[in-house]
Amino acid sequence: MQNFEYIAPTETITAAQALSPHDGVTAVLAGGTDLLSLMKERIETPTRVVSLRNIRALRGVHGTGGALRIGAMASVEGVLGSSGASSYKSLLQAGRGITAPQVRAMGTVVGDLLQRPRCWYYRNGYGLLAMHEGKSLVPNGENRYHAILGNKGPAYFVNASSFAPALISLGASVTVAGPEGEREMPLADLFRIPASESERENTLMPNEIVTEIMVPSASGWRTATYEVRQRQLLDWPLVTASVAVRLRGGKIADARVVMGHVAPIPWRSSEAETALKGQALGESAGEAAGKAAVAAATPLSQNQAKVQLASVAVKRAVAMVA
Amino acid sequence: MATKYDWPAAEDRSLIGKRHNRVDGPAKARGAAKYSYDRNLDGMLVARLVTSPVPHGRIISIDTSVAEKVEGYKGHVNIMNVGDEVQWVGTEVLAICADTEEHARDAAAAVNLHFEILPHWVKDEDVKKAGEANRVQPAKDDTKGPDFAAAWDSADETVEGYYGLGIITHCCLEPHGQVVDWTGDDIKVYASTQAVARIPADLARGLSRDESIGTVEADSVEVITPYMGGGFGSKFNIDTWGIACAKLSKKTGRPVKLMLDRDEELMVAGGRPSDYGNVKIGAKRDGTLVAYESETWSTGGIAGRGSPPLPYVYNNEERLAQKARHLNVATNIGPARAWRAPNHPQAAVLTMCPMDDLAAKLDMDPVEFFKKNADLTARPEVYRYEIDKCAEMIGWKEKWHKRGDSGPGPVKRGLGLSLHTWGGRPHDSTCEVRIQPDGGVSVNLASQDLGVGTYTTLSVVAAETLGLQIPDVKINIGNSKLPISGASGGSTTVGGTSASTRRATVNALEELKGVVAGSLGVGADDLVAKDGKVFAKSDPSKSLSWADACRKLGNRTITGQGKQPDRDGGKLNDSGVGGVQMADVSVDVETGVVSINKLAAVQDVGLVLCLEQSESQVYGAMIQGVAWALYEESIYDQATGKMLNPDMEFYKLPGAGDIGEMEVHMVQNKYDDRGVIGIGEPPAISPGAAISNAVANAIGVRVPTLPLTPDRVLAALASA
Ligand SMILES: Cc1cc2nc3c(=O)[nH]c(=O)nc-3n(C[C@H](O)[C@H](O)[C@H](O)COP(=O)(O)OP(=O)(O)OC[C@H]3O[C@@H](n4cnc5c(N)ncnc54)[C@H](O)[C@@H]3O)c2cc1C
Repeated sequence: MQNFEYIAPTETITAAQALSPHDGVTAVLAGGTDLLSLMKERIETPTRVVSLRNIRALRGVHGTGGALRIGAMASVEGVLGSSGASSYKSLLQAGRGITAPQVRAMGTVVGDLLQRPRCWYYRNGYGLLAMHEGKSLVPNGENRYHAILGNKGPAYFVNASSFAPALISLGASVTVAGPEGEREMPLADLFRIPASESERENTLMPNEIVTEIMVPSASGWRTATYEVRQRQLLDWPLVTASVAVRLRGGKIADARVVMGHVAPIPWRSSEAETALKGQALGESAGEAAGKAAVAAATPLSQNQAKVQLASVAVKRAVAMVA
Repeated sequence: MATKYDWPAAEDRSLIGKRHNRVDGPAKARGAAKYSYDRNLDGMLVARLVTSPVPHGRIISIDTSVAEKVEGYKGHVNIMNVGDEVQWVGTEVLAICADTEEHARDAAAAVNLHFEILPHWVKDEDVKKAGEANRVQPAKDDTKGPDFAAAWDSADETVEGYYGLGIITHCCLEPHGQVVDWTGDDIKVYASTQAVARIPADLARGLSRDESIGTVEADSVEVITPYMGGGFGSKFNIDTWGIACAKLSKKTGRPVKLMLDRDEELMVAGGRPSDYGNVKIGAKRDGTLVAYESETWSTGGIAGRGSPPLPYVYNNEERLAQKARHLNVATNIGPARAWRAPNHPQAAVLTMCPMDDLAAKLDMDPVEFFKKNADLTARPEVYRYEIDKCAEMIGWKEKWHKRGDSGPGPVKRGLGLSLHTWGGRPHDSTCEVRIQPDGGVSVNLASQDLGVGTYTTLSVVAAETLGLQIPDVKINIGNSKLPISGASGGSTTVGGTSASTRRATVNALEELKGVVAGSLGVGADDLVAKDGKVFAKSDPSKSLSWADACRKLGNRTITGQGKQPDRDGGKLNDSGVGGVQMADVSVDVETGVVSINKLAAVQDVGLVLCLEQSESQVYGAMIQGVAWALYEESIYDQATGKMLNPDMEFYKLPGAGDIGEMEVHMVQNKYDDRGVIGIGEPPAISPGAAISNAVANAIGVRVPTLPLTPDRVLAALASA
């Protein structure tokens, strides 16, 4: 690990001011379950680490006015165990897969959203875009776990957050604080597919901090998350799908379908949503949504199977809300 | 001919063959047991390796000038030099030490290596491509048995298929490494090793090659390894890092710790060769196997490896026509090391899977087919018995169906089996047993307990022989100054150490009897040691408690010596065992995810010394088997030559929730008179083939290669 300066201010604004406007110079530390591994491997080499640990305002999980507010320092365990979260089924189901007590206790939900890709080229030091001798290693390399959607390049990694698909399907938004103040945006807008080496996989400025996630009331919505897991032991899923639907007159009136581990961002499938709308909840609706969700998939040389996994995950998530 | 050394007759055994808790269990559970990794000596420095980032190259320069200025830097030694060629990523180039682990890491990161890049190759499954890259070494052909063409023509049903399994790595939970404390002429080595007695000579030889060090005598080296965190065949030698660690200790005058990092452990300190192959197999309509042909290829790194013994188990040379050809693919990856039953797990997959396919084609129940052909094995009677027993344990009769579970829903269930064999000839061993005047008993030998139960089995042997209980004897192993005993590899330890211990204990007891006989006024031959007493057979009232008997020794300590082999020492051990395993799996045909419902194992090992420790060996082997059947694989990237998953995230291992139910039956009271035979490797062989066969039974098609990951399962289903 490269030496760094450590600060742990008590105010969000002080923390934001301590962050550099330039990428890679400073880092925000929440639970550290991801950041510290990256620093140990020298993938991340910040010269200053700004911990959010002492900022009281970021700690809570509140269920107020029908909405759920998750502070940046709320742990996975804290959120899943809170009374406010109990009505968000898909969120609880997404969290269940993070089985290690250590990660649940230390890791935050915001940190989960912002965890860096698990792409093994990135983790082996080839950068987000896995560049080697001028081109990406992924298309002709070991890409069994890589993207099947949104993978026109140069980014092929997948967003690994289990919570992001569930939260996006629940219509969540985030509040972001920078040295000059706060802004709010839909959670989906936090993510982007980097177009060059100089871009990150999220839209935060290097000196911005996510302070809170707001999840609107799920009243009237039926929600579910289905994860395809290879093993029960702590592991990221191979693919996940979160679904939220609202019925009117026995038919699906509103639908949100978001897949994880299929694209460099949590992938909202308007095709699957269209396939669901107007249908009665049931097997054929799930089948159709599953097919539609991967209709545009463009698998790489080794990840053909993920197309089926994604389709099945959507189908099964729909079955779970029926 | 019966001797006094023979194992007690079944009716006289009070400890042998029963269940006993692991005697080292409490210390391990409490954290009191010190592994090499746990040694933190006063003033100790920490060393890290600097390794090659390139898969093939010649070293142009090694620049340590920046590293030497890093805070806490204490020294470094080269392992390779300018001009040397590296053949895989992770090759050890130098070791560098500092006052703390963090500083050592900083220093290691500050070393600058430059290479002339040479062409590399890391792929083995596509043998055609490897051939085009000039990486395939000449074939080894082997033909045995009746005329192959005639036998093949006589077959009524045949299968020609492709089967295989990728490279895995040992992934020891305690990585390779050691702490070396070199003071004056004494070199203490706390090594994570399977070969306590072998390391002194190995290290002395390695050090003596360095002129600046001069001659080092093996007897200056003391290896101390009371506890060890897993080796599986990968920890027999001191390795470059051990020699470098010793040199750093000499150079700095301080104890130095050098344990490998997880990625180094996975890349360079382990490796089980792959095996892929096309297999042709044929049988008569009644199921009689007549011909087996294999063309296989594999890699074990740049230097290659031995070929798998094919066909496996079913290999009678008079009745089965056999052809085998093996090709070696030379790759720039960390070299193979012996992995729990070297070459056998691969051979089981390449034999038992085609056999299972042939049974399906013949429309035969595999249990019947494998039993029918048992005469082609070296132990027909053992295997037939074991197959029946195992079938009972897994519920084969009730649960088995023809290929392809026709039940509703996406989750299909299936059963499969595999057979295995292993030698397990005991290694050489010498032992000294001491009986103290205060009644204390110790067993002393330079063996080691890899976590397999050596402490416990030796306690059973000595206590049984002296009529005492397990806590009454102290086991001193894990130190090279003790009487020499073999390395723990090839399932040779239990046979070797139990024999030397039995003989030494019998000899020590004889001497005690000689002393006690006079005071009881009986002949020494009339005395027995049992139930904590020494008494006369002819008149049990002439009796002394163990403590009183030993008190008669006055100031004297008895030492009894025993060795293995010993021609006059009775028949205490043997080699050659058979085992059968069966798997019950569920496969989700929509996701390709395989899960284990149950694994059952029946294992013959001659005389079982401690039932619980033997069973534990089988449980451990089956868990390891689930790992390589479903999850484990070393994944190499051709462009960079790197192993992409030298971590515990993508190098996947199962957890408790992934292994299903396991049931073990040790064959007892059937082959006891063969004596003790090793148990470490045999049960590690069959899981892959049994699980693969169960998957084929569940989904109706063969998934050709292991591990049986969702993508492989879905691909097999899609191509069916
Ligand atoms: C072994 C293991 C298994 C796991 N399995 C799963 C799984 O199955 N599914 C899953 O979804 N996740 C999984 N995770 C990921 C885990 O959920 C995340 O590591 C954790 O939630 C991250 O939270 P943290 O607080 O520790 O983040 P940190 O490590 O502190 O931070 C993570 C990243 O987010 C940034 N960051 C954190 N908070 C903020 C903020 N408020 N504002 C701006 N930037 C911020 C950091 O700078 C850093 O880049 C696993 C992790 C481990 C170690």
